[in-house]
Amino acid sequence: MGKIPLIIQREYLTRVTKKSFLVMSLLGPLLIAGMMSLVVWMGMAENENQKLIVVDDLNPAFSTLKSKGTQRIQFVYTDLSLDDAKAKLLESDFTGILYLPENVLNAKSAQLFFKKHPSSFVLRSIEKKVEGIVESLNLVQFGIDKEDFYKVKSTVTLHPILYSKSGEKQDDTKEKAYVGFAFGLVIYMFIFLYGVQVMRGVIEEKTSRIVEVIISSVKPFELMMGKIVGVALVGLTQIAIWVALTFGIMMIGQTAIYESNFGVDKVTEQMTPEMAKQLEAANAFNTKELIDENNIIFRIQWPQMIGWFLFFFLGGYLLYSALFAAIGSAVDSETDTQQFMLPVTMPLVFAYVMSIFIIENPEGPAAFWLSIIPFTSPIVMMVRVAMGNVQAWEMALSCTLLVGTFVFTVWLSGRIYRTGILMYGKKVSYKELWKWLWY
Amino acid sequence: MAEEIFRSENITKRYANHLALDEVSITVEKQSIFGLLGPNGAGKTSLIRIINQITAPDSGTAYFNGEPLSPEHIGRIGYLPEERGLYKKMKVGEQALYLARLKGLEKRVALQRLKEWFVKFEIEGWWNKKVEELSKGMQQKIQFIITVLHEPELLIFDEPFSGFDPINTDLIKNEILALRDRGTTIIFSTHNMESVEELCDHIALIDNSKKILDGKLKDIRASHRSNTYKIGFRGGFQNLKKGLNGHALISEENEDEVNKAKIKLADGSSLNTLLQALIPHVELEFCTEEIPSIRDIFIEQVSVNKGR
Repeated sequence: MGKIPLIIQREYLTRVTKKSFLVMSLLGPLLIAGMMSLVVWMGMAENENQKLIVVDDLNPAFSTLKSKGTQRIQFVYTDLSLDDAKAKLLESDFTGILYLPENVLNAKSAQLFFKKHPSSFVLRSIEKKVEGIVESLNLVQFGIDKEDFYKVKSTVTLHPILYSKSGEKQDDTKEKAYVGFAFGLVIYMFIFLYGVQVMRGVIEEKTSRIVEVIISSVKPFELMMGKIVGVALVGLTQIAIWVALTFGIMMIGQTAIYESNFGVDKVTEQMTPEMAKQLEAANAFNTKELIDENNIIFRIQWPQMIGWFLFFFLGGYLLYSALFAAIGSAVDSETDTQQFMLPVTMPLVFAYVMSIFIIENPEGPAAFWLSIIPFTSPIVMMVRVAMGNVQAWEMALSCTLLVGTFVFTVWLSGRIYRTGILMYGKKVSYKELWKWLWY
Repeated sequence: MAEEIFRSENITKRYANHLALDEVSITVEKQSIFGLLGPNGAGKTSLIRIINQITAPDSGTAYFNGEPLSPEHIGRIGYLPEERGLYKKMKVGEQALYLARLKGLEKRVALQRLKEWFVKFEIEGWWNKKVEELSKGMQQKIQFIITVLHEPELLIFDEPFSGFDPINTDLIKNEILALRDRGTTIIFSTHNMESVEELCDHIALIDNSKKILDGKLKDIRASHRSNTYKIGFRGGFQNLKKGLNGHALISEENEDEVNKAKIKLADGSSLNTLLQALIPHVELEFCTEEIPSIRDIFIEQVSVNKGR
């Protein structure tokens, strides 16, 4: 008949051309990217230039702590006593005192007096500097060769590896579960946002009294499905824009931040040759980790993940938005929706909350059942899919139930809808809704 | 008998706890204006919704052009509901186009016809306005256009004049008459009895879910004649009473020159016998038959039905 496409088109275009859609589309990624860069930026911007008085009880052991020019952290090596330095600190532009007590080589601890709390980034870089000097002094003191030392010095990392019949596998379920959780969260958010939009749309048609004009041309069911599908497309468009923009903004942001903060000359200028060597090694290690095929980004199977995401997003959305449409049809205004909203939103919120626990216990019965039951599966199953421990039959069962249930809720809602949209000025009860099913 | 366009046979519609239509049969002739009357809640809207296939009857059959009513007929029927509205945030032209296309009109045809109607109603400037910027009467005009745009064979108007000022009411009335003259059939439901008398060829009265009266407007009025006449005369009521001769004086109006009185004829007598009896006593100025208005017939029939 070609009328559903017409309805879909209208529902889609009126929403996509709204200013609020444009604002959301731009603001969403900006917010995400903004928050991410804020975290990075705060770590960097916080470390205002530091100018420190170095008080060294082992004078001149730490005399290499001297810097020229303008660096972020300026060390001014002195032969003051701590008390004199303290007196000087308050009446000068120094930001702090680095105090290296006599026992620093044994106790391996120093003190930093400050006027304003420095960032952890600053603390860590001072720590590293002092550590390096303490290390080399101790090497000399105990007569240990530098090369021997680096052979002996060890940092141990523990890699948990899952062993099962199919062989060994790196145990990264938790990392993957977080990725899955993020997908589930997006589904949860969008079902809510767009389900409510469907409901609002139905209420709008009802209160503006246009609905009777329309259903003299199309069947109520066609109108309902047109709206549901149209809004779904709006949701998918929004997701696509967000993904594209977020990636775009992050790429630009990353480059900008990297260039302004890690300009090569700035860093190397103040380094001793061996420090430079160390840094180089560390850098090499970092890049190696990034392109490591074991990195979380490479261990997630993206095509599969995105495929299931679309399936569960659409399935869950259809299931819930049909119910939201039915609610919209049964009431006269948005304020009357509350009594019907609760039973619809409860399983959704429940699934969201439970998926946090499921990250901790992905093999338990809760994870299994909630990923099978269609009202919770769209969110919970995403966590399990990401972890990759779903059996084929479980997936088949979950999908079949989800499809079956959304067909059922769409049918159910269609029956409530066709009666509801023509009912005005009536306080509707559940008993009433039950009757409508059988008209 | 003229060709029929719509016929319902013994249509019954029941909602959860009340009977909306009880064995209602009506026949609507082609190219006529059919008034569907009845008190609030009588079942008119239920019947109209069945004609529009918004709901289906529980029993009984409806025919369109002799065929059982089916979804193919939707595009040939136009409906202006009593509870009507438009999308408030949508632009007038865009919206009219959308609703026309839902009725099955091609985009190009719909655009062309819309332009013509907008010119005819002198509202070209509204095309890009949002509906919420228009007054109620303006919105009603748009809705009227949308209803008739696909040139349906059968038009159903439920209270088409609500919200219109007298000038626009006349504009719409003339459009309705013009549509009828061009061959369209109109089912017209209203509580405005004056417009029924002005427009309708045929009426049906529904009360309490049953049809209680049905027929051509002029036949119905003829059958409700009460043999009452209004006369104007010179000479006092004393003289008039002398000449009544068995006819009943219903009311009297005393005026300076010409007095007026309503007289009901005695059973079996004619106007001539009344006049013959009166002429020797008073000087007659005029005499007209008191024809019952549709309003009177409506009230009378509904109250009789209540007593039943």
